[in-house]
Amino acid sequence: MLMTIANLVALITNSVLFGTVIMLGCCGEILTEKSGNLNLGVPGVMYLGGIASLAGCYAYESGCAAKGTTPAGYLCVIIALVCGFAAAALGGLLYSFITVTLRANQNVTGLALTIFGAGTANFFGGLIMQKSGGVGTINLSATAQAFRAQIPFLPKNWGVVSEVLFSYGAMVYAAVILAVAMSLFLSKTRAGLNLRAVGESPATADAAGIRVGRCKYLSTCVGAGICGLGGVFYIMYYIKGMWANDGYIEALGWLAVALVIFTGWRPVNAIWGSYLFGVCYWVYTCMPEAVSRFLASTLGLTQITYTQNLYKMLPYIATILVLIIGSIRQKKENQAPQSLGLSYFREER
Amino acid sequence: MSLHTVAKEPFIRIAKREGCTVRRSILVYFLGLLGGLLVSAVIIMLITGLNPLEVYASMLRGTLDFEAIAQGKWNKLWYALRDTALLLCIGVGLAPAFKMRFWNIGAEGQMLMGGLVSAACMINLSDLPNPLLLLIMAAASIAAGALWGFLPAVFKAKFGTNETLFTLMMNYIAIQAVELAVDIFDKKQSHSVGVINLLTEKGWMPDLLGQDYLWNLIIAAALAVCMYVYLKYTKHGYEISVVGDSVNTARYAGINVKKVIVRTMLISGAICGLAGFVEVSAISHTISKSTAGGRGFTAIIVAWLAKFNTFVMALISLLLVFLDKGAVAISSDFGLNDYISQMITGVILFFILGCEFFTGYRVIFRRKAGSAGKAPAEGENA
Repeated sequence: MLMTIANLVALITNSVLFGTVIMLGCCGEILTEKSGNLNLGVPGVMYLGGIASLAGCYAYESGCAAKGTTPAGYLCVIIALVCGFAAAALGGLLYSFITVTLRANQNVTGLALTIFGAGTANFFGGLIMQKSGGVGTINLSATAQAFRAQIPFLPKNWGVVSEVLFSYGAMVYAAVILAVAMSLFLSKTRAGLNLRAVGESPATADAAGIRVGRCKYLSTCVGAGICGLGGVFYIMYYIKGMWANDGYIEALGWLAVALVIFTGWRPVNAIWGSYLFGVCYWVYTCMPEAVSRFLASTLGLTQITYTQNLYKMLPYIATILVLIIGSIRQKKENQAPQSLGLSYFREER
Repeated sequence: MSLHTVAKEPFIRIAKREGCTVRRSILVYFLGLLGGLLVSAVIIMLITGLNPLEVYASMLRGTLDFEAIAQGKWNKLWYALRDTALLLCIGVGLAPAFKMRFWNIGAEGQMLMGGLVSAACMINLSDLPNPLLLLIMAAASIAAGALWGFLPAVFKAKFGTNETLFTLMMNYIAIQAVELAVDIFDKKQSHSVGVINLLTEKGWMPDLLGQDYLWNLIIAAALAVCMYVYLKYTKHGYEISVVGDSVNTARYAGINVKKVIVRTMLISGAICGLAGFVEVSAISHTISKSTAGGRGFTAIIVAWLAKFNTFVMALISLLLVFLDKGAVAISSDFGLNDYISQMITGVILFFILGCEFFTGYRVIFRRKAGSAGKAPAEGENA
């Protein structure tokens, strides 16, 4: 099987969708980290966002089904986004309270948030599944359809170009716009500058009259909310309105955290970075069969498709390579905020 | 000191607490734990609408089922002790790394690799006599875990590569490696190896004094004692704590920081790998991607909360296992799914993490100048 145009298009579209999940997670985490809070709870808040949107839309869609009306697409989208953002932002609030107000260790708190978020989401996911009649019975088709609705005025008859560029739902483009907007916010606005000052040196920012605590709280909550939208996108768009407790969101969440370092804390880089991660993940679909056959026979696998597990290591290996290359290059402008991971106490010298 | 300006004192103010008595910190953590239990009970009540006392009773039965014990069945307690030993093993492995401020999030992967090579030995070397096979398995798992810890350490030492993400990514590589290996071992295309050597029990840890899991406890206890001594009374342990406090100080004192980082991570990974051996050889006798089951992450919290004192770690491990077993019991008694245990663990962890604040800081409410007030979870004035 040689790589055909259709294969390539499928690779690109899959990578873009995959990338959008981690792009949202990455942008949210950049906003959080710019305030000096290293939130390792990204997988947790993504889980929270995903499950909240699922619960909200499940309630709405099954309510409509009970009444015999068809669910309105725009309402589905609004419910999913609002629920997802709010739940994830609440997770961020919890994190900020423990790390900013109570000054607990950020890494450990983040990990606890991940454990909590994964547990909560899978627990309620299980409850909803039970309610709807068993594993695999949740199918929010109306919401998934609304999320996947293509933008009407984009040209659809340009062949491959349309398929690669214009075949997505609005949220894919919104994520890109968000990344650009966040870049502008961080570099061009007073509030963004204040935020960066807090992350670099909270004591200096405090002396300049910036309210450090409020700034950290706000950016962490909004950042977590944006990560949560990544979870919403995953549930409603990527897996089309279903629930699976396969730990996939967790892996994506960690990739998003890794992507933050990859981008050098610049949201614009997250756009191509996340798509690149997506390509790493999906490239196995374009792997020539001869290679797979060779690998399968060398390793003693009974099926050629089993080599997938080998290919699925790629994004993680790529991340490690990126980390290593990044650390060797050590560019001055691509460094983490100076006070990242440290809690701030005014009286401390 | 006289007040020149009459600026309004803030309503709540926070000050550092100089030293915290042991009694006080025990009290704070006890109250925190209680708060966590209360909140999780409320959550369960809201979901199930059950009497909280019933829920607690069910929770207790997860570890201490008095009815069964009266009939001479100690299974549940043994399971709890077995899991505590395993969690402690990993925690002990993580302690030196974290004391050095090396964020080894990769215990999960190190353990999986240890378990994987153990399982591979069980399958491929099942002709060897059992004691020899067990020794080979242990050695191989130690080597595999050490390798998984060595890679991030070497790059951290040489280039300052971010170890948190490096070790995390190594987890996922280990997961894929296990999935791949399972498909290689298993020729029936069932994506599972099942119980290895079910009939011959080759490579299974033998029972001791009629107890299946006594070896697990002995291994964990031995590791804990050795690590305590290693961290507290040896030159290596001292170097680890200096590097952890300040890399610059360590360098100034002539400590070879790179060497310490790599050496410590070799030890850390090796012990986590050994934990994988314990899981595969002495508990589950199988390998799958869920062999580590999130324990690598829980163990981080165990090590951190205990401030790397391995004896305190044993207590915290026991507590977390007790909670976990309790939550599983609740979920089976009341027909919920067992992810509730993860959720409850999360809630309790938040509370325990929050406790650190009340041992390190004082909360002062505006009343008269200088009078210390009552803070939440604070019994008396400091």
